[in-house]
Amino acid sequence: MSDSAQAPARLVWKQTAVERVVSATPTVKSFFLRVPDWHGFRAGQHVDVRLTAPDGYQAERSYSIGSAPEDELAELVIERLEDGEVSGYFHEVVQPGDSIELRGPIGGHFIWEPGEGGPILLVGGGSGVVPLMSILRHRMNVAPQVPAALIYSVRRFDEIIFRDEVFQRVTTDPNFRLWLTITREMTNHPLVRSGRVDAQLVSEALAGFGGVMPGHTYVCGSNAFVDTASRLLLDMGVPFASIRTERYGGDPARGAAAPMPVAES
Amino acid sequence: MLPTRGFLGRRVSAEDAARLPPGQYKETGFPVLSAGPTPRIDLAEWTFTLKIGPRPVKSWTWDQFNALPQTKMHRDIHCVTKWSKFDTNWAGVTVDAILADAGVGEPPTPFVLAHSFDGYSTNVPLKDLTGEQAMVATNYEDHPITGDHGGPARLFVPHLYFWKSAKWLNGLQFTERDEPGFWELRGYHIYGDPWKEQRFTGD
Repeated sequence: MSDSAQAPARLVWKQTAVERVVSATPTVKSFFLRVPDWHGFRAGQHVDVRLTAPDGYQAERSYSIGSAPEDELAELVIERLEDGEVSGYFHEVVQPGDSIELRGPIGGHFIWEPGEGGPILLVGGGSGVVPLMSILRHRMNVAPQVPAALIYSVRRFDEIIFRDEVFQRVTTDPNFRLWLTITREMTNHPLVRSGRVDAQLVSEALAGFGGVMPGHTYVCGSNAFVDTASRLLLDMGVPFASIRTERYGGDPARGAAAPMPVAES
Repeated sequence: MLPTRGFLGRRVSAEDAARLPPGQYKETGFPVLSAGPTPRIDLAEWTFTLKIGPRPVKSWTWDQFNALPQTKMHRDIHCVTKWSKFDTNWAGVTVDAILADAGVGEPPTPFVLAHSFDGYSTNVPLKDLTGEQAMVATNYEDHPITGDHGGPARLFVPHLYFWKSAKWLNGLQFTERDEPGFWELRGYHIYGDPWKEQRFTGD
């Protein structure tokens, strides 16, 4: 594993101000937070949020950061889970002007820093694209010459998070390639294909790097998605040690993808 | 602590609440989280090695390891990403039995680093591994542990956050000092007691 260690100071809980709430898809919203002393972070990291009820009861969850370290506000992208105690609160109640307790950034493995170079292969399923977008945005800000490709699988066209932005990057960023696929619908859109991430798609994406294996591959999504995608990558010769994964937990029986990043469980 | 506007939250039963460490919620599924792809491990090539510092003390093949005395444990488990799962059933070989089979009487050091096939490591004090508190598990709910959950064998230290229960285990090593492992070097707590909410460095 090539990432380096850091010695973080103790993470304290901070009150952050919600500045904007934007609907990304029918079930996903972005919450833009002003975090005190938000001196950046490492692209790919996440934060913990904590909600407190009037009687002192608290609920904590982890959410990935979608914004780049250079951005003034932290963008948390939260998918509404069926029956979600915290995601439901965010979707139904939270509005600009609210205050949310947060601590972070957290995570020292599923990260990319410009010093690591490339090419970078990002592979996301559903809301697993969120930390990948932070990496993509950071790269665009600080190292746009590093080749990058995004393989992104969602169920339906209207569930594509960051849709306008990734379409725009295809036309404005000469070192970026997009392989976007939807699994439950057909499409005629020129930048979107239909079907699951399979050997064909992965081999096309790898070929896009012109015969060079990606230096760093990041795979994020449900357990099933990450398992399938990383098996395909290994089969095509992507080195084991160059693949970092983040599996969103949740109850597989419910098909939910709770944003609960990094750990070894 | 100021309440969060409009947040009421769910309440679990008093019984469940007593079993949930601070900041945790009850999960009924079994989420899988790991730093990299699931390694492909051939049982014919599987070995487990006990080391003191750099020196191997004893190695076991898969068959030899499974011939060691078997123990079952029924425990709640707690992941640092906030979920807890109650009443999980595991079987395997206690660390006590491994040390006994290797003829390690007086422990050479109080610190152990667990190693995995994928290069992962995590540190656990010896006092947390002995006394029938921990084992190298090979079965979960009466079935061989699947690859995504850390099979063929994973460490099982249920009283600490579950990242300490290293997947794809291939060895335990006594170390001179308490050496931080993979996540401990990346911002996670050196010890990881869920009841003290020791999630991150300095908690």
